[in-house]
Amino acid sequence: MERRKTPLWDLHKQLGARLIDFGGWDMPVQYPAGTIKEHKTVRSSVGLFDVSHMGEVYLRGKGARAVVERLCTNNVAGAAPGKAVYTLLCRPNGGVVDDCIFYKRADDDFFVIVNASNTAKDLEWFRDQAHGECDVIDVSDETALIAVQGPKAVGLVDRLAGGTLAQLPSFTFAEATIAGVACVAGRTGYTGEDGFELACANADAPRLWTALLEAGQPDGILPIGLGARDTLRLESKLPLYGNDLDDDHTPLEAGLGWAVKLDGREFIGADPLRAQKREGLTRQLVGFKIAEDQRAIARHGYAVVDRSLGTGEQAVIGTVTSGGPGIIVGGSIGLAYVPTAKAAAGTQLTIDCRGKDVPATVVSGKFYKRS
Amino acid sequence: MSSFPTDLRYTPDHEWLRAQGQSWRVGITQFAVDSLGDITLVDLPKEGDLVTKGQRFGTVESVKSVSDLYAPVSGRVVAVNPALKDSPELVNNEAYGKGWMIDIEPTEKAEIDELMTPDAYAAHVAAQ
Repeated sequence: MERRKTPLWDLHKQLGARLIDFGGWDMPVQYPAGTIKEHKTVRSSVGLFDVSHMGEVYLRGKGARAVVERLCTNNVAGAAPGKAVYTLLCRPNGGVVDDCIFYKRADDDFFVIVNASNTAKDLEWFRDQAHGECDVIDVSDETALIAVQGPKAVGLVDRLAGGTLAQLPSFTFAEATIAGVACVAGRTGYTGEDGFELACANADAPRLWTALLEAGQPDGILPIGLGARDTLRLESKLPLYGNDLDDDHTPLEAGLGWAVKLDGREFIGADPLRAQKREGLTRQLVGFKIAEDQRAIARHGYAVVDRSLGTGEQAVIGTVTSGGPGIIVGGSIGLAYVPTAKAAAGTQLTIDCRGKDVPATVVSGKFYKRS
Repeated sequence: MSSFPTDLRYTPDHEWLRAQGQSWRVGITQFAVDSLGDITLVDLPKEGDLVTKGQRFGTVESVKSVSDLYAPVSGRVVAVNPALKDSPELVNNEAYGKGWMIDIEPTEKAEIDELMTPDAYAAHVAAQ
């Protein structure tokens, strides 16, 4: 099957990107600078990401607020207009359908950005749960999304927006004209850095991308591929759906309790989450670090083991969900589901890295926190 | 289409070999390097270890994935690139030079004859 292309595909080719299949999309995994340099550039200056493969949906109409209240673990429906809110969508059993950002425009108008790999599933979920009480409008095919991230990102976007955006608080959004292109600008991102995610019409995307790249030259801006997007989000301990989040784990187990507002609310999945909170968690997603001298990276799917429990499968107590090099923090880092007894910071874990037992240490909080 | 150094021999697993006296120097090709992306760790055998054609002799960890290295020929490891321990990026920067991995003294001369010529390897890559 032919891979889908974003409106920026030709520009990626011109920039020398290496393109890979990502959920049916032909996406840049890296540009000639390479993942490590791209990663460091976002941490020190500014990087530009094409994330147009992500899905965009409007929930609109009189019943929209009630539908959103039912769908979201976080308090999206009651948020002030202009807020961009991170939330989970849960199944009745508390498992996660997706994690996404809702832009509250008004009580009858919500704009949602969903994971590319989940767009079809989420649309079906929205339509099933809306019961016709509001309109579910898929604008993914006509909407491009460009993320501008890094300590120099806000200044760059603000210059191209005539000085209208620097004041926009974190996790809010505004309509803005950037380099002559009509955008919805969210002060959001997936790198742990400050910055914006800019939604615009497909036809305008190449003009916006090129203007940002040109205006960012003095800052040393680079286009950033999906490779660095993954290492950046991991270093900032931001979960990735399909790795760290899925139908089989709840947001509480994933450490996302801050985005689950249970008090006096009846969203889908609230009851099992309430019960889990009351009874306590049996397993939790933790961050771990492997020292540099171990010369090992624990990757998605590797087993966390306790050899005192027996041989083979008997020793398995958990699973690594994400892992990679700690590009800024050194050694290697990752996330794993482990029994709660093993979740405290400083706990020593053993990870079976392709037949070799490697020691790892549980760390709390983000691996990297911006200054 | 990319071109490949003509003074080398190749394997379908994207390794190159260069004759140097009694031993053959082994590395991975630019094609392999390009598909791996930035390399962060290279694990190699020790000097004196024996390797068997087709068996794993080491691993390469890139930012995105881990890949096994398979011995292109059977023999004894007579040298290991010491620089890769601290500077794995040499493989990215100089795949056919400073990014070499090990020197093997082959025990089965016939296995050398089975290695791919540059043309055969170029055709193999083009078909990928």
